[in-house]
Amino acid sequence: MKILVSAKRVSDPNAKLAIAKDGKWIEGDVEYILNPFCENAIECALQIAEANEGTETVAIGIGDDETARFIRQGALARGIDRGILVSAEEASIDSDLIARIYQGVVHREKPDIVLLGKQAIDGDSNQVGQLLAEYLGWPQATFASKVEVSGNKAIVTREVDGGLETLEVSLPCVITADLRLNEPRFASLAGIMKAKKKPFDELEIDDLDLEDTDTKVQIVGLSTPSGRKAGVIVKDVEELVQKLRSEARAI
Amino acid sequence: MSKVLILAEHDKGALKKVTLNTLAFARQYVAKFGGSYDFAVLGHNVAGVAEALRGYGAGAVHLADHADLAHPIASAWAKVLADLAKSIGADMVVAPATTTGKDVLPRTAVRLGAGMASDIIALTDSGAFARPMWAGNLTGNVKISTANKVISVRASAFDAAEATGGQSPVVAFAADPALASTRVKFVSFDGVQSTRPDLAEATTIVAGGRGLKDRFYAVTEPLADVLGAAIGATRAAVDDGYAPNDLQIGQTGKVVAPQLYFAIAMSGAVQHLAGMKNSKVIVAINKNPDEPIFKVADYGLVADAFVAVPELTAQIKALRG
Ligand SMILES: Cc1cc2nc3c(=O)[nH]c(=O)nc-3n(C[C@H](O)[C@H](O)[C@H](O)COP(=O)(O)OP(=O)(O)OC[C@H]3O[C@@H](n4cnc5c(N)ncnc54)[C@H](O)[C@@H]3O)c2cc1C
Repeated sequence: MKILVSAKRVSDPNAKLAIAKDGKWIEGDVEYILNPFCENAIECALQIAEANEGTETVAIGIGDDETARFIRQGALARGIDRGILVSAEEASIDSDLIARIYQGVVHREKPDIVLLGKQAIDGDSNQVGQLLAEYLGWPQATFASKVEVSGNKAIVTREVDGGLETLEVSLPCVITADLRLNEPRFASLAGIMKAKKKPFDELEIDDLDLEDTDTKVQIVGLSTPSGRKAGVIVKDVEELVQKLRSEARAI
Repeated sequence: MSKVLILAEHDKGALKKVTLNTLAFARQYVAKFGGSYDFAVLGHNVAGVAEALRGYGAGAVHLADHADLAHPIASAWAKVLADLAKSIGADMVVAPATTTGKDVLPRTAVRLGAGMASDIIALTDSGAFARPMWAGNLTGNVKISTANKVISVRASAFDAAEATGGQSPVVAFAADPALASTRVKFVSFDGVQSTRPDLAEATTIVAGGRGLKDRFYAVTEPLADVLGAAIGATRAAVDDGYAPNDLQIGQTGKVVAPQLYFAIAMSGAVQHLAGMKNSKVIVAINKNPDEPIFKVADYGLVADAFVAVPELTAQIKALRG
């Protein structure tokens, strides 16, 4: 079996963000982390591989050299077998083009499962897995909190509004990971050393035979929403009730 | 002129209110750019949902009723929704950004060659769509450059649209879900049983964090009962098993904006704030005065929740007689 898994870098969720001059992305000295949902996807891929001997795992990232670092340290150091970097400028691609880049890689790699994070915590679009599944004509199981692979099927429990849904999908399929899927492991020192020697391919978008590289959605301006102001600290429950009643008229 | 197709959200045969918040977006869109809107009702034995939508001024309510649509399997729903959009010449498909909308719409977009914008909170005069990014720390205005457009709408950002009277025709659509060829099977649904209002529809929410531990319900329920409120939770409270996943509010859970939000024994992490900071009035109860939740709260009470919340519950109960 072969599993393709996503490794996207995102800005640290607690970083102070500066909007780039052209207003289309962020810029400056922000800390980056591996997208938390990709960490869950990677852990899931490793667990499937451990349970199914002979499974090959491949991590893919789209971006520049910085992204390559996250593929190595976030995926290969944890135990993923190989890495693929597709060079692209993060700020100028949309979910649709990302999905088509993945599709191009899927055509080359022919995996049985593509595992992605359900969303990236920068763009927050929650689209790529679903777009990819449709481009490939594959079944999908999104927002997974439990994945069991047996034979050529995956039984996936999904976190949805109202509860938990379980689907059975045939391979090949696309699965997107939610946070309660697993506890991502840490990379061991040995893993970090090994990662340096693992196979790593660098591809250009042109290598993927896409029909075009046009985006369908463009960011035309970023802004900072007006924040809330801190209110008052009340001294006790009585004052809280009184304020909620006569000032806020909320109860 | 646009033709907007709105995917109705429903549960066990009942229309969900988020559909009407989504309608509010569609009405704004056609008011600005011209056109009309229709509804799409997908499912099995859902004629009642279509009936409930007839009074909202749509050109038509399209009913795709098929046994293979009984569960919202994304590949099957996306196919039928896209087939319907093509057959009526819709150039925009919208749905609330629920887990169903998030699951189904991107696939629909591919079938329509459309660009998709997620979680829209506003429409600009130039036709750009505003959406929260980076957990709501930034707002992005995005343009969709394809002729067909797909939009998921953040329901909490739009007031539910009112009925306008009239009787839109219900038009049966001969759905061909081709479920067999999509290689996916529904196995089971483990639903949360609750008689409380839906988080998306509640005017008051009592939300608890990890600090409530295994007394999560013992603390939140009585207060929710006196207020007729919904109960919400942080991710940490869900992770630790004190509350089911359906209650999670935040960047990766539900986004709410009630009139009154009680944030009890939670720190106020950015990911949680992303789901509730547009609530009208926020009350924070936490024993640590330095927690970030106090920076967004209108009223903060520094106290032990195990003592303060029962007291609060009793006082409100007394007030209401
Ligand atoms: C990618 C990602 C996505 C995430 N998405 C979400 C999301 O959608 N929603 C979400 O909520 N979180 C989300 N999180 C998690 C988030 O970062 C926080 O970890 C979480 O919100 C913390 O929950 P909490 O406030 O309940 O717990 P804690 O941060 O542990 O806070 C517990 C609080 O309880 C207080 N407390 C303890 N005992 C008492 C007492 N007796 N009385 C009063 N106060 C008391 C403490 O002072 C403390 O402030 C996400 C994280 C990541 C990385």
